[in-house]
Parts: sequence; C-alpha cells; structure tokens
Amino acid sequence: MKLELRGITKRFGSLVANDGIDLVVESGQIHALLGENGAGKSTLMNVLFGLYQPDEGEILLDDVPRRFRGPGEAMAAGIGMVHQHFMLIPVFTVAENVMLGHEPTRAGGVLDLPAARRLVREISERFGFDLDPDARVEDLPVGVQQRVEIVKALSRDARVLVLDEPTAVLTPQETDELMETMRRLAGSGTSIVFITHKLREVKAVADTITVIRLGRVVGEAPPTASTAELATMMVGRDVELTVHKDPPRLGAEAFVVDGLTLFGAGGVRLLDDLSFSVRGGEVLAVAGVQGNGQTELAEVIVGLRSKASGSIRLDGEELLGRSVRHVLAAGVGFVPEDRKADGLVAEFSLAENIMLDRSYGPPFAHWYGIDFRARDAVAERAVEDFDIRTQGIGAPVGRLSGGNQQKVVIARELERDLKLLLASQPTRGVDVGSIEFIHERIVEVRDSGVPVLIISTELDEVMALADRIAVMYRGAIIDIVPADTPRERLGQLMAGVVA
Amino acid sequence: MTAPATAPSSSLGGQLAAPRSWRVPIVLAVVAVLSLIWFVVFGKDDPTRFTWSDPGDVLYLDPTPANPRVLGIVLGVLSLAAAAASFRWAWRRRPVPVWLSLIVGIAFLVSLVAWVGAGGQITVESLLTSTVSLSTAIVLGALAGVIGERVGVVNIAIEAQLLGGAFTAAVVATTTHSYELALVAAMITGAAISAVLAWFAITFLVDQVVVGVVLIALVTAITNFFYQQVLADNSAQFNDPGTLPRLAIPGLADIPVIGPVLFDQRLTVYLMFLLVPFVWFMLYKTRWGLRVRALGEHPLAADTVGIKVNRSRFWTVTLAGLIAGLGGASLTIGYAGAFVQEMSAGKGFIALAAVILGRWNPWYAALAALLFGFATSFRIWAGGAGAAIPSDLIAMTPYLVTIIAVALVAGRVVAPKASGKPYIKS
Repeated sequence: MKLELRGITKRFGSLVANDGIDLVVESGQIHALLGENGAGKSTLMNVLFGLYQPDEGEILLDDVPRRFRGPGEAMAAGIGMVHQHFMLIPVFTVAENVMLGHEPTRAGGVLDLPAARRLVREISERFGFDLDPDARVEDLPVGVQQRVEIVKALSRDARVLVLDEPTAVLTPQETDELMETMRRLAGSGTSIVFITHKLREVKAVADTITVIRLGRVVGEAPPTASTAELATMMVGRDVELTVHKDPPRLGAEAFVVDGLTLFGAGGVRLLDDLSFSVRGGEVLAVAGVQGNGQTELAEVIVGLRSKASGSIRLDGEELLGRSVRHVLAAGVGFVPEDRKADGLVAEFSLAENIMLDRSYGPPFAHWYGIDFRARDAVAERAVEDFDIRTQGIGAPVGRLSGGNQQKVVIARELERDLKLLLASQPTRGVDVGSIEFIHERIVEVRDSGVPVLIISTELDEVMALADRIAVMYRGAIIDIVPADTPRERLGQLMAGVVA
Repeated sequence: MTAPATAPSSSLGGQLAAPRSWRVPIVLAVVAVLSLIWFVVFGKDDPTRFTWSDPGDVLYLDPTPANPRVLGIVLGVLSLAAAAASFRWAWRRRPVPVWLSLIVGIAFLVSLVAWVGAGGQITVESLLTSTVSLSTAIVLGALAGVIGERVGVVNIAIEAQLLGGAFTAAVVATTTHSYELALVAAMITGAAISAVLAWFAITFLVDQVVVGVVLIALVTAITNFFYQQVLADNSAQFNDPGTLPRLAIPGLADIPVIGPVLFDQRLTVYLMFLLVPFVWFMLYKTRWGLRVRALGEHPLAADTVGIKVNRSRFWTVTLAGLIAGLGGASLTIGYAGAFVQEMSAGKGFIALAAVILGRWNPWYAALAALLFGFATSFRIWAGGAGAAIPSDLIAMTPYLVTIIAVALVAGRVVAPKASGKPYIKS
C-alpha cells in the first residue's frame, strides 16, 4: 500500500513538533525516517496512527485521503505500528496480547483461545519467529517481545508497518535479524516506515531515506549517501563523532568492586558476582543491552539498593551498605540514567537543582538556612562554564531542552571534588552538539586523574569514551575487553556469546 | 578478565541459588505452635457439643461431643504437619500453596470455637448461616470493587453504593409491594452512584479517593435526612418492606448443615453464589474481561489497539455498581427487614479490604469477605456463649487471623498496574 503524508503540521502549545511534513512511502518499500531525538519523528507517526490529530495536512493511503480519529481506525485502514515503548500487557500471554482489540470469540463473547493460538503460530511460522502463544510477555526477552508486537500488527493485516526506534533495545545480532524480517515483509508487499537515529542501520536496510530536523523535512537521500553526509543533514552541521583523548595516565586502583551480588523480588539474581576495578585516570565503560543489570549496578553503587552482598571500595573505604548521602559525600559524582525522573526536579529552578545534592551543608547552607548568594554564584558559574542555554538561573529547569537539562546535572556533579564519576547514559536524548560537549567534560575528569565509570547502551558512546569496556549480560560481567575491540565482537558479548 | 567465562550458565545457576523465602512457613509454624500452647496448655476439658441439626429436621444427626483440649491437640498437630510441609515447599523454592495456609487457618478457628464453647453447645448451622447472611453485602461489594480496580478505577464509594441500595430497596419494596422492583431499584441506585464516581474520576480527573469519600458522606447525609424526615415517622408507609422469602431447594435443603447454609436462603444470597463464578468467568474467559483487564494494566496499550479507554472504564464501573447496589438490597430486604440509619456500617470498606486480601480475584475476594463475615458472626455468638474471658477480647481473634492472612499474601500481591490512575490523552 502506498502511504503519503502532505503538509502535516502538529503543534503543542507554542512548540511546533511537525512543520509541514511531506512524505511518500511507495508500496513494498523500506522508508527510513532519520532524525535526532526530538526532531519530531515519533509525533509524526502518532499523527499517522491516529493518536494525535494533525493541525494541518492530510494522510493519503493509495491516493485516497483518510482521517483517523483513533488508532482503531488507523488499524482498520491497514496501518500497523510497533511503538518504541512496547504496547504489550506484561501479565498477558502472547496470544492474549495479539488478539486484544480484535478477539476471536464464540457465542456470547467468550474468547476463542485456540483460534488466537493458531493465529499466533501461523504468523510467526511465516517469519520464522518461533513464538510460544502461551508464554507470558513479561517473561520474554525484549527482542522476542518486539516480535510479538510485529505479529500483533500483522494479525490485523497491516500493509503499512511503522517501526519506531525498533533497535534501541536490541543487541546487534537481534538488530540484524530484525532487518532480515523487514526485508522479508517488504518483499511480501508491506510498506515499512523505519524510524531511527542510527545511521548505520539506515544505510543497511532502507530503500529511501527522509531526514527530518526540528520538525521539518530537510531532504531525501539514497542509501548510498555517506554516513557523514547523512549526519550533516541530520544535525545541520559537520559533526565529529569521536572524542579526542590522549592515552590514559593510569593511577592506582581507586575503585574496586568485588563479588557484588544483588537479588530482586522472587529471588532473581539481578547482579551476579560482579568484580572489576577502575584506576585513577581511566574510563571503564559498561556496555550491554538495556535491562541486563546496568541500572541496578548504578543504584547499588550509589546506595539506592539494599540487599546487596560483596564489596564496593573507593580509595579503600567500603561504600556498600552506606547511605546515599554518605556515598556522595565520599566523592562519588552520579549522573542517573533518567534525568527527568531521578536527576532533576523539573519544577525547581536551575539554581535550586544545582544545590540538590548538598542542600544540607556548605557551600549552600548554613545551620539556619540556605545561602542564596553562594547558591546563585555557583549556578551562574555553571551556566557560563557549561554553556547552558536558559532564560536565567531562576527559570524552572523543566523548560530547558534535553541537552541543557543534562548539562545542569553534569554541572552539579562536577561541582564537587570527585573521587569517582559514575555516569549512566550521560547523553541519552541529548542533541549532538551537547553530546560532544559532555564527552569532552568526561574526558577532562578522567585526565585529572579521577576514575570514571560510564554505563551506556549506545555502543558508539562506549567506544568513543572507554579505555576499557566491560560487557554486561544477564546481571553478570561476561568479559572486560580493550577499547579497540571490534564492534562485532562486542555485539556477540552483548548477546551472551563468550567463546 | 575478571568475570568467569560462563556467564549464561552461571546466571541460570543464579536462579537456582536464589535465597529461599521463609516467611510463609515461619508464620504457619508460629500459628501452629501458638494454637498448641493456647488450646492444649491452657486448654479446657469440659466437653463442647457440636450440634448439626434441629430436632425437627428430616435428617437428624446426633450432636458430637468433643473435648476441646483433645481437639486442640489433634488440630494443632495437623497444623504443625501443614507447617512442616510448607517448609519443604520453601526449601524447594516453590511458592507455598494457598490450601496449606487455609488448613492452618481453619484448624485454628475450629479450635478457637471449641475452646470458647467449652461446656456448652455450638450450633454449627446457625454459626455458618449467619456468616453467609452477614457476608452477602461484603461479597457483592467486593465483586464490584474487583471489577472496578481491574478496569483501573478504585471504587472507594462501595460503602455509598451499599447504603444507597439498602435505602432504595426498603422504600421501593414498601411502596410498591414488589421485591423484584426493589431489587432493580437498588441495583440502579448502586450503578448511579458508581456512574457519578466514574464521571468525576474519568472526565474531570478528580482524585478517585477524594470523590469516593465525598460520595460516601453525601449518600450518608441524604439517607439520614430522608430517614429522619420521612421514614422514621411513617415506617408503615415507607420502611416496612419485610424480607425476601426463604427459598428452600427441595431435597438439598434437608442435608444437615450444608442444606440450611447453602440451599435454604433468600434470593440475594443465591444471586451472590451465582455472581462470584459469573464475574470470574466474565473477567477471565470473555472478550469483555480481557479488555477490562487490559485497561487496568496498560490503558495506553489498549488505546493503541482501538479500545476506547475512558468510555469503557466509565461503563464498566457503572455496571459494577449494579452488583454493589444488589449488596445494599441484601442488607434490608435480604436480612434486616427495614432500613436503619448508616446501616452499611463500614461494610463497604471491609469489602475494599477483601478486594486486596483476595488479590483482585473474584474467588479469593469472596473467600476473604466470608472470613470477615465469620468474624462478625463469631463475635455475636461468643458474646452469647458466655465465655470466661471478656468476649470483646475473643472477638479480636478473627481479626488477628485476618492480619496474619494479610501478612501471608502481602508482598506477593500484584495489583492491576494502572488501578487508580486516570488516563489522559494528549
């Protein structure tokens, strides 16, 4: 089916998320929609899927203008969508998830589970998916959950399939398999819209590429275009994707983790006997697919999780079992992976956020209250040093762009005298310019002799920053390898392949 | 190279080496030991006579005399055995089955009843019949609560629906002389109160707890007003409904104990017996139920497959109100025979507790509601049995059992994820 979007405009208040976007996806084509985080890709697809109503413009399917008041109508017209955050119900089985909304029933609305199972088996066999219709979705690995989403869309005869950042949660191997599936789908006549910000994947699989930036289409390109060309279109200027850094001047083994084990609810081993050390002046980057224990590792180090065993020593002092305040006071700088949830208080001003970690003492507070002058001075300096674009230090930090918010977090953590920098997803959802800036800062910290532990699911970031790379898989560090390890090898490790 | 090169298999081993959960076995063992100490060491030797049937019954069973201390020993040992079995389950890292906990709980309650009734007689039939009567409104309220929370709306106002249903049933039955109309009117009242709750919670995003509490206050005030202004002085005209006739099922009703408890009841009780499996079937076996549960877990996902979230939530909560309204009718025309001010007396809140204790499952919620009903029935009986220690003290024990039961299931309970959270569409 041919899909055409004409002049789609979508505004949220004063923000124009989509500004007159035109897009044509020919039948049986894989059309990549390339853009940075926040460029307006997901908004556009939500408009197509009927989740948002466009303020202007129209949607045509096979040259017929259509209007979708909700996802139900979009699906009935043959549009399927695999959302970035899966729209699956964790406690339901695969079959229940697939049939939800168009359930096969017997008399009286009684569910026909055998029919639903047959449907799941039939579609998954067609694509070699090997899905168990009776497995509970929450027990499945993310790669398999994504297949459930695809089967769900196909079970409704989707002829245009939108994949929104489908590779964000996949290992490189799973990504390859997904691309194979995409090709097979396109071969059978399904049109595919592939939304991503990863250049390599676009070049590998797309028939046509449309690049959008700040809500507008900036151009189309064939997959033969070079990575540099595409990157330039995407960010609007030439970017340097690697960080300049000198060989490390290694100090002593400052940060030592030994036999760290953490159990979760139901006795699941979230962290499995982790042992590693980081030397002063070194960046150890923890790579791995999201959800393999990285979040828990960061939380245990900072003291957010109890019930861990083993040992975490910083300059000889045991940190495991100590309170968060103690850990931070011991010189740990912590950049949490989700700045909106854990890094900042959105309604607070920039200045208030800057003092959050030391709200109880110097330099921000006396025994009787806050030293506003000292606080504002630190905030002003942070704005200057970190080039934070803000209306002022009194403006709520929630109004800043993602990149500037992240700079506030980093500025706050680097403000203290650090003995360890622990940064989780330091550049997630941040524009390319800010990524460069943040990476340079992290390297500066390293060069000042502080041990740095980076946790990132972005392989490019890991490879750019690391002096050594630790790969996590199912809660364990399955190997620690040099920074120049080939990407393919890292991909295998991330999938748990050791040999 | 610090990590072993066998990560995948070692993480599998990690599953096996997970710490065992000893909570349930320990609680069961403590209960078993305590009951042995209480009912054996401090046991009584005056025999308790358990009577099973009235002298006039078709099938007459002789009363069973029992020595409370001997009974305590037998049941205590049984509990210990159950606790020991639960240790085996925990050792193998498997969840302890519910029936083991049930054995210990029931053994404790039976020992307690025998101990309190030492030297006297216990009419098993009346104890259980009054349990069922006192539980009906709680069970029905809990069913409404289960449906509401499953679809994502916390129905705090069950109390209001019970009270409103009770009031309407009494007035309509008296004025029209029709119990059928009274039941329908009570159900519509329950649904209407639910609809107001759903409307405010879903359309205006008012906090569900706040709307619920306000509704309870409102319905209490309205019924109090009409009771004092109209019903109290004209009870013959407005508040003399009597009770639904007992419908004895021929044959079955003559079975000792079971017969009177299950097969010689009023229509409201039979409806309760039917509604528990019916609601379970609807929730777990039908298209409607699948969608309801989806809405309570992940409304956005339901929206993306074309289910109208807020409309479905509104109608589901409103329909569940029918059941709570029926529960209200069971208080007046199903039991008391007249409306009394604030006669729901916290049963709506007990129903909410039953929803949670029953893990949002109609069967378990009904069981929990029966436990609460038994506690009330036991207190009434213990007060009459003239036990040596103050009856209020003994009356506390069923609640103690409840707290222990909550401790046993708490933590393992997984509520519907989106329960109580409004769905806001951009």
